[in-house]
Amino acid sequence: MPFYVSPEQQMKDRADYARKGIGRGRSVVAVQYADGIVLVAENQSRALHKISEIYDRIAFAAVGRYNEFENLRIAGVRLADLRGYSYDRRDVTGRGLANAYAQTLGTIFSSAAEKPYEVEIFVAEVGEVAEEDQIYRLTYDGSVADEHRFAVMGGSADQAVAHLEQHYIDAMNRDQSVALAVAALAAEGDDTEPRELDASNIEAAVLDRTRSRPRKFTRLSDAAVSQALEAGEPPAAGE
Amino acid sequence: MANGSASFSEFLAWQAPELLPGSRTPPLGDASNLAPHGTTIVAATYADGVLMAGDRRATMGNIIAQRDIEKVFPADEYSCVGIAGSAGPAIEIVRLFQAELEHYEKIEGTTLSLDGKANRLTTLIRGNLAMAMQGLAVVPLFAGYDLESSQGRIFSYDVTGGRYEEQAFHSVGSGSLFARGSLKKLYRDALTEQECTTALVQALYDAADDDSATGGPDLTRRIFPVVTAVTADGFRRIPDEEIATLVDAVVAARMDRPDGPAAPLT
Repeated sequence: MPFYVSPEQQMKDRADYARKGIGRGRSVVAVQYADGIVLVAENQSRALHKISEIYDRIAFAAVGRYNEFENLRIAGVRLADLRGYSYDRRDVTGRGLANAYAQTLGTIFSSAAEKPYEVEIFVAEVGEVAEEDQIYRLTYDGSVADEHRFAVMGGSADQAVAHLEQHYIDAMNRDQSVALAVAALAAEGDDTEPRELDASNIEAAVLDRTRSRPRKFTRLSDAAVSQALEAGEPPAAGE
Repeated sequence: MANGSASFSEFLAWQAPELLPGSRTPPLGDASNLAPHGTTIVAATYADGVLMAGDRRATMGNIIAQRDIEKVFPADEYSCVGIAGSAGPAIEIVRLFQAELEHYEKIEGTTLSLDGKANRLTTLIRGNLAMAMQGLAVVPLFAGYDLESSQGRIFSYDVTGGRYEEQAFHSVGSGSLFARGSLKKLYRDALTEQECTTALVQALYDAADDDSATGGPDLTRRIFPVVTAVTADGFRRIPDEEIATLVDAVVAARMDRPDGPAAPLT
């Protein structure tokens, strides 16, 4: 027997469902630094990436259900490559991609025929200068936020955000920003003490505007992450 | 959002077939004089990898359509492709090939093997067969550094997409017979990069000497062949200044002996 469910309640139920799914996973952090943007995730797997390249200056990061964000990632690569091929490489922008993702996620969220995607994604784009760097954060319902300095998404983002707000400074070098992002991820959890994280369970990548090739995306190896954690002592609070 | 392969050209065929280079069939007849043709490409392996060079001329019948066209391109970080034949379709196929390799790399998170790349180019060339039969043939030369066997390798193609691995050196395009004859006498194993570049520049000079569609070094405008190297460090274009110095030396030597360096008789 069909029951009446108000549209408000329906949307709330769907949002709760999506949030619960996302809340189960670990967070992803994006931090702006002097030469670009670093993306850092806690990830036990070497093969299943949470962070990947979309185009020359654009990277993608996601939390939530793997098959769903992998779908979105592939759709993004296809959209970007198709646009770059039919127009020009410079005509592929992070804003265009974020819009396309917002449309897709919004449509799926409000369509009664599909379950909402349990994902949140970052679309990061590195510009010629730091002022042109963009980080877009998209949620399961298709809403877009334009983030600055740093951004966190995922399960217990609040603790990581609190850590970053205390410790973020402008124009860090790459090692410092990686160390800061890892420290922010370590601040998550139920304990008051930060968790121990080392390079083997960290996935990190950068969009580096100083890279000489057109494709600015580079994954950081375990060795590079370890080195960053040793060398890039995060700046002390209030400095 | 549907699942599909990691191939960009297959994605295009499914989503935007009008963008595929081979999707048009021009009306019957000979179209070969409607658009510029690119001419000679040479490639040779050497100690560190492989070098590829192309002259700078494009012709339309008896007209020189362009004197500074570039016909050698990076395909990805570890390979390059040179094109002879109809310039328009050729450049389009190169763009699609570049997109194809990058797309695969991003979707799969790993690069194709060198043989895999060579085979993908086969598919793209085969798609152009209808155009080739009307005079708009595209004949590429593909070369790359094989990271598994740590050596440079060269692949040639015919218009039907046939793929042939070449040993040591090869040449395609209208001046290729002369260039290949020249390389036969100049090439030897384990050349240094400098020596191998010289051999390629000599071969292009010989091609231009006997083939009207191949451009020699343009000394007045300072337009010189494009030379690219692919080694374990990846793709690199040799800077124009280095080529200019080398070309000046080659041309100076030809003032004494116009036919170029003499090979020993035995």
